[in-house]
Amino acid sequence: MSDAHAQSADSYYIPHGSPWPIFGSVTLFTLMGGAISALNGWLPAWSLVPGFVMLCLLFIFWFSTVIGENQRGLYNLAVDRSFRMGMMWFIFSEVMFFAAFFGALFYARELAVPWLSGNGVKVFTKMLLWNDYAGSWPSNGPSALGPRANGSFETVPALGLPAINTAILLASSVTITIAHHALIAGHRGQVKFFLALTFLLGFTFVGFQAMEYHEAYTELGLTLGTGIYGSTFFMLTGFHGMHVTLGAIMLTVIWFRIMRGHFTPQRHFAFEAVAWYWHFVDVVWLGLFIFVYWL
Amino acid sequence: MAHASAEHAHDDHPDQPATGIKRWLFTTNHKDIGTMYLVFSLIMFFIGGAMAMVIRAELFKPGLQLVDPLFYNSMTTNHALVMIFGAVMPAFVGLANWMVPLQIGAPDMALPRMNNFSFWILPFAFTLMILTFFVPGGAAAGGWTLYPPLSIQGGDSFPMVIFAIHMMGISSIMGAINVIVTIVNMRAPGMTLLKMPLFCWTWLITAYLLIAVMPVLAGSVTMLLTDHFFKTSFFNAAGGGDPVMFQHIFWFFGHPEVYIMILPAFGIVSEILPTFSRKPLFGYDSMVYATASIAFLSFIVWAHHMFTVGMPLAAQLFFMLSTMLIAVPTGVKVFNWTATMWRGSLSFEPPMLFAIAFLFLFTIGGFSGVMLAFVPADFQYQDTYFVVAHFHYVLVPGAVFAIMAAVYYWLPKWTGHMYNMTLANWHFWLSTIFVNVLFFPQHFLGLAGMPRRIPDYAVQFADWNMVSSIGAFGFGLSQILFAIVVIQCARGGKKATAQVWDANPRGLEWTLPSPAPYHSFQSVPEVK
Ligand code: HEM
Ligand SMILES: [Cu+2]
Repeated sequence: MSDAHAQSADSYYIPHGSPWPIFGSVTLFTLMGGAISALNGWLPAWSLVPGFVMLCLLFIFWFSTVIGENQRGLYNLAVDRSFRMGMMWFIFSEVMFFAAFFGALFYARELAVPWLSGNGVKVFTKMLLWNDYAGSWPSNGPSALGPRANGSFETVPALGLPAINTAILLASSVTITIAHHALIAGHRGQVKFFLALTFLLGFTFVGFQAMEYHEAYTELGLTLGTGIYGSTFFMLTGFHGMHVTLGAIMLTVIWFRIMRGHFTPQRHFAFEAVAWYWHFVDVVWLGLFIFVYWL
Repeated sequence: MAHASAEHAHDDHPDQPATGIKRWLFTTNHKDIGTMYLVFSLIMFFIGGAMAMVIRAELFKPGLQLVDPLFYNSMTTNHALVMIFGAVMPAFVGLANWMVPLQIGAPDMALPRMNNFSFWILPFAFTLMILTFFVPGGAAAGGWTLYPPLSIQGGDSFPMVIFAIHMMGISSIMGAINVIVTIVNMRAPGMTLLKMPLFCWTWLITAYLLIAVMPVLAGSVTMLLTDHFFKTSFFNAAGGGDPVMFQHIFWFFGHPEVYIMILPAFGIVSEILPTFSRKPLFGYDSMVYATASIAFLSFIVWAHHMFTVGMPLAAQLFFMLSTMLIAVPTGVKVFNWTATMWRGSLSFEPPMLFAIAFLFLFTIGGFSGVMLAFVPADFQYQDTYFVVAHFHYVLVPGAVFAIMAAVYYWLPKWTGHMYNMTLANWHFWLSTIFVNVLFFPQHFLGLAGMPRRIPDYAVQFADWNMVSSIGAFGFGLSQILFAIVVIQCARGGKKATAQVWDANPRGLEWTLPSPAPYHSFQSVPEVK
């Protein structure tokens, strides 16, 4: 299969025959099938496990194949460029995914809630549906949905944990840049240190986020079911948190590769890809901090 | 930029594909993958077509006769989803897989493994979708647009459809990334952007649209999912959300999506018309710019699908005007195609016939689109058969005809054989006649007030519905000819030359022998 065709470095490497894509498709099917079974109550929640295990295996197998090919020098600069562009466009697709949820936030806040309160031409909505609702942000809607009997809830103050988390992510952005410069300069000791610092900061962020969620659920009356505020808050920060977790795992993998002696000052696509991804989650967080927590 | 890419592709390749099922499961070859996409799309075309036949059979005369209303609704819903995500989009991706590397002189797609992945997700996604017919509550029946609150009230099929859509989205995004990277990074030296065949140009822009909007669709259906299962209130007014918000997010995806289904068709027609007019394309540069402007505009017109939901007047005006603006670049294209044919020495091989039919019939769809863009008129047309007639004119004699034109144009290049021209001509004439019998009367029905997505109707609509149904059966049956032509051609026939057409088509793909070798452009072609 793929390995059989060592090629001269000046040609574009095209693998021949690979089992991972079809394994990936079966994996996705298993994963989605598991999720569907769990949601529909056909099977208990463990039905998600096989899919997740396969997903982990998929990443391990597929990426080790690619890393192996890379270490054998099969990829020329053109292949490298393809990977870079692929990663950039992937990140762009992620940006658009978050854009949908930010869009929902802005729409709800600037249009839906004011309209429900009778603003603009929507005076009948107010008169006929919820006469006593005068919505203002944050809102859990005219029916004051949420866990508390009186329908009240509190938000997470921006200047507490979120501010600390902002500092953490910004710091991690700096550390990964230092690590990158060190890699280019060939100071591998520094790379190891700052890269480790980066993913530790990343995991710390996730830990704090978990604490914040815990507090929201137990003390603030703020849950996924707390009307539109709870929906946008948890979906936005939740998807972001998942991305940070993934990014931190990727950073860890890169760190292990550095420890193994991978990457050269000139060629280190994987390192850069992870760094871009990390900057991306960072920027999304700034958006979150400003629009979800602060304003 | 482009170059180093193709320096010279490897010498030690087996020039033969692997054998047996493994070839198809494990392949990384753009031609194999293109073939799989096209075959898959044809199968989906017939499955979706069968659903359409059920719809038209039920509508053949007033009254409820064949199927119960819930099943009828699941037919319209799944017909649309299968045709859009299963037939039209994969067909275009299949064509891109086959033709983009050949047209830009690349050895393969840039990311071959991912290429295989994006294809093989599709059969699984559609398995999931077809399975919904067998779960409690039946298949999704709330319309392909999945508007809440109706869609959220679905039975066990609800999460299945959502996850199937997620899988299709993942597949499309990966496919699109591959096309962009291939075109930007793998062009042969000398193939500057403005020398690129228009099919590559339109696909490049389509791929950009795909990456921009498929994630938004993913976001919107994720919100549906959490609204149903996890108590979120995105589309629940009681919690401060708004069902109309779904429509905004959905159509932010949905309108660019319709251009995703037509831009590659524009590219195909822009290849075929010059060939059989024996003239270069009129206004190449303006074609590129028009395509780009259409793509840009397609992001700011989405709410023309929602004129009747009660938007502020300013929003209605904005979306009306921006929508009408699209007619300008579209007009540029139609003008250029016509000018290309002007005083050409035309010949009417099957691809040309389909391309000319595209030109006329797509334009009819464009005109009805401009009528729909007009807010006060749309208040009348919204949710009637007029809308159905509009989008079927742009999608069937538009997108689908262009796909068929492309197949008839490049099939000899793929298989190495000429196909049965007589049968192909029959296929063309029957399709073109019946497609008009099928869809033109729907304009009248819509203007007279017949609502869409309804299994029964008032008696005054009976005549034109019967005509339309007859057209539908005729059109459906004619497509069997298409399958026969393609299968025959794959199995044998007169040998095709490298040029295939005596009209001397331009482009790198015609410098390769027919069939194109398993690994093409082992040595880098020269582009002057
Ligand atoms: C000149 C260009 C076009 C204009 C001005 C236009 C305008 C419109 C408008 C205003 C509607 C909404 C009608 C209503 O629901 O009341 C509509 C619906 C639709 N259009 Fe177009 N359109 C154009 C081209 C296209 C093209 C090229 C395609 C696809 C290839 C397309 C596919 C559709 C579809 C699928 C719908 C209906 C969606 C649904 O409600 O299920 N249109 N169009
Ligand atoms: Cu539209």
